[in-house]
Amino acid sequence: MSKWKKIVSMPLFLPIFCMLLVMATNIVYDVASGNFALNFFTIEIRNGVLYGRLIDILNQGSAIAILAVGMTLVVSSSAGTDISVGSVMSLSASMCCMLLAGYGVASAVELQIPLIVGFLAGILMGCLCGMFNGFLVAYLNIQPMVATLILYSAARAIGLLLCNNLIVYIRDPAYKVLGGYVGFLPTPILVAAICVAVMMLLLKKTALGLYIQSVGINKKASRIAGLNSRKIIFLCYVVCGLCAGLAGIVESSRIYSADSNNIGLNYELDAILAVALGGNSLGGGKFNLAGSIIGAYTIQAITTTLYALRVSSNEAPVYKAIIVIIIVAVQAQPLKDFFNKKAAQRALAKGRR
Amino acid sequence: MKKRVLLAGAALAAMTVAGAMTVSAEEDLITVGFAQVGHESDWRTASTQSCQDVFTAENGYELVFVDCDNDSAVQLEAVRNFIEQDVDYIIIDPIVSTGWDTVLTECEDAGIPVIVIDRTIDDSDKYVSWVGSNFKTEGLAAGEWLKAYADAKGIEELNILVIEGSTGASATIGRTEGFKEIADKYGWTILDSQTGDFTQDGGQEVMESYCKSYEGQFNVVVCQNDNEAFGAMDAMTAAGVSYGVDGDVILISFDACTAGLQYVQAGDINADFECNPLAAPFVEEVIQQLEAGEEPEKEVYMEEHWFVYDDTVPSITVDGTEMEMTVVTDEIVEAQY
Repeated sequence: MSKWKKIVSMPLFLPIFCMLLVMATNIVYDVASGNFALNFFTIEIRNGVLYGRLIDILNQGSAIAILAVGMTLVVSSSAGTDISVGSVMSLSASMCCMLLAGYGVASAVELQIPLIVGFLAGILMGCLCGMFNGFLVAYLNIQPMVATLILYSAARAIGLLLCNNLIVYIRDPAYKVLGGYVGFLPTPILVAAICVAVMMLLLKKTALGLYIQSVGINKKASRIAGLNSRKIIFLCYVVCGLCAGLAGIVESSRIYSADSNNIGLNYELDAILAVALGGNSLGGGKFNLAGSIIGAYTIQAITTTLYALRVSSNEAPVYKAIIVIIIVAVQAQPLKDFFNKKAAQRALAKGRR
Repeated sequence: MKKRVLLAGAALAAMTVAGAMTVSAEEDLITVGFAQVGHESDWRTASTQSCQDVFTAENGYELVFVDCDNDSAVQLEAVRNFIEQDVDYIIIDPIVSTGWDTVLTECEDAGIPVIVIDRTIDDSDKYVSWVGSNFKTEGLAAGEWLKAYADAKGIEELNILVIEGSTGASATIGRTEGFKEIADKYGWTILDSQTGDFTQDGGQEVMESYCKSYEGQFNVVVCQNDNEAFGAMDAMTAAGVSYGVDGDVILISFDACTAGLQYVQAGDINADFECNPLAAPFVEEVIQQLEAGEEPEKEVYMEEHWFVYDDTVPSITVDGTEMEMTVVTDEIVEAQY
């Protein structure tokens, strides 16, 4: 009993539980429709690559997961959200493809500059956007949502200008590497894993994580204690921009083109949702990076599950909304307090008897 | 092919007429305001390019072009600006289908004829003409071709997966309706129909899921635009499903952009049904009719072509009209937008 309680009271229990619950619906469905019960969870090697629904979730959800890493830091340090990440993804992808293909070229077979330079330029573009956001928020004290609103609307348009309003295709197979496969593993999964691992190490092995939380909890007190609050907030936005750039390149590589209008469309909302689903407060302060990552994959798990359950595309958003409401409500503090109180009352009644 | 030659002839004739006019009245250019939706796809870019190519000073026009970036408020403002600038004609590709009556009344009061292209306006008829594609015909044609192709190849059972376009878009509604009508007529099974939002990423994600849900159960995939088809092809390749002319799955697509036709030529896509973006020549025809004091048709459907890999099916009959199937060649790919 006490072991159970210990597990339940772990901070990541609810996010993980919700994700498993979403996936478990597939078992019910598969059994009901007479399929093999663990159909959804089967992973095999086909065509020399990993194949299965779980792989789809990890693969398609990786862009959101990468974004969620940066978003978590931003939320924690500045108690605000960076709503420009989706547009920055598109800008980074456009920058990368424009440089690789040359300006005004719609479809390039030969690369103008080395591939790695293109990738780095795209990621650098993301960093620049992050610096711009960070400067506005940290040094000019502009509300995060307002500050990032500028790039939310501008970045995608700049990307379109870079691409001369075209969808730029890079038809060099090497370009597909980040969105394709390394050996048997889909590369996006690897990129997301590396991104998460590096950030985890940075947060655990250095004092950075502590600093960010401290700034998020009380900016003034942290400054008096000797932390450069502004610099830390600035840094968080730069990391967020970097993640957005990386996610943009991955998404672009997946479709070997810079589709400026569609890459990262509405992803900022999913990234913010991922942070919230992971049990993090959008009010800043304490955060749990692992929670956000789980949140990101939960969102993808919902999408993939709805496909698997053959829900028609007209109705899918409604189910998605219902599931999200339930997950958020289950984790809401008042609801937790209510159940704790009930449990305490029961314990008390037991004691009296 | 004959149609295409005729069309080119007509365009040439129109240009000559316009050219003659330029000579006679050098300063007297016809001003045309064009409120374009945005620039979200290759198709849209081709549509814009078509207007910029046709409404040139050499042809006797001055084009005022506004890219509305998919914002209907911007588009309304653009139209009002056209009225203020007192242009001679206004072309609108309406971002939304409703909320137009007031501004179109203003146009009417100002005496400026409005020509609507591509998308439709539902709540007002105060425009001269609508020029666009018949999406339902595209869907019907896809169905009839599939029937003829399956018969020719001796395929008896058709199990179809559809990747729809954006929910609620007129192209999605028309193509779904047309294709479904034929599917019902011949008793085909449509296993599933999900939206891929007209994007490559969307098409890929939906197809990945289809490959798992309907493993070995489907032999036809219908994508409602080329970008979705590209995504679906990637997903099928990854899942080890063969498609196209030599494959197990018949792949049908719509739009027929250059990249799409290249895949048809290579035999990866079996058939591609065009959605002609080059509305400008047809709009110019309407303007010329108005200039000459004639009354143009209220609805002008554009010429569209159905592209295939080979001549297994030379022609199809849709709604009683015989339509030619065009085999894709190098020249056709080059000529396509």
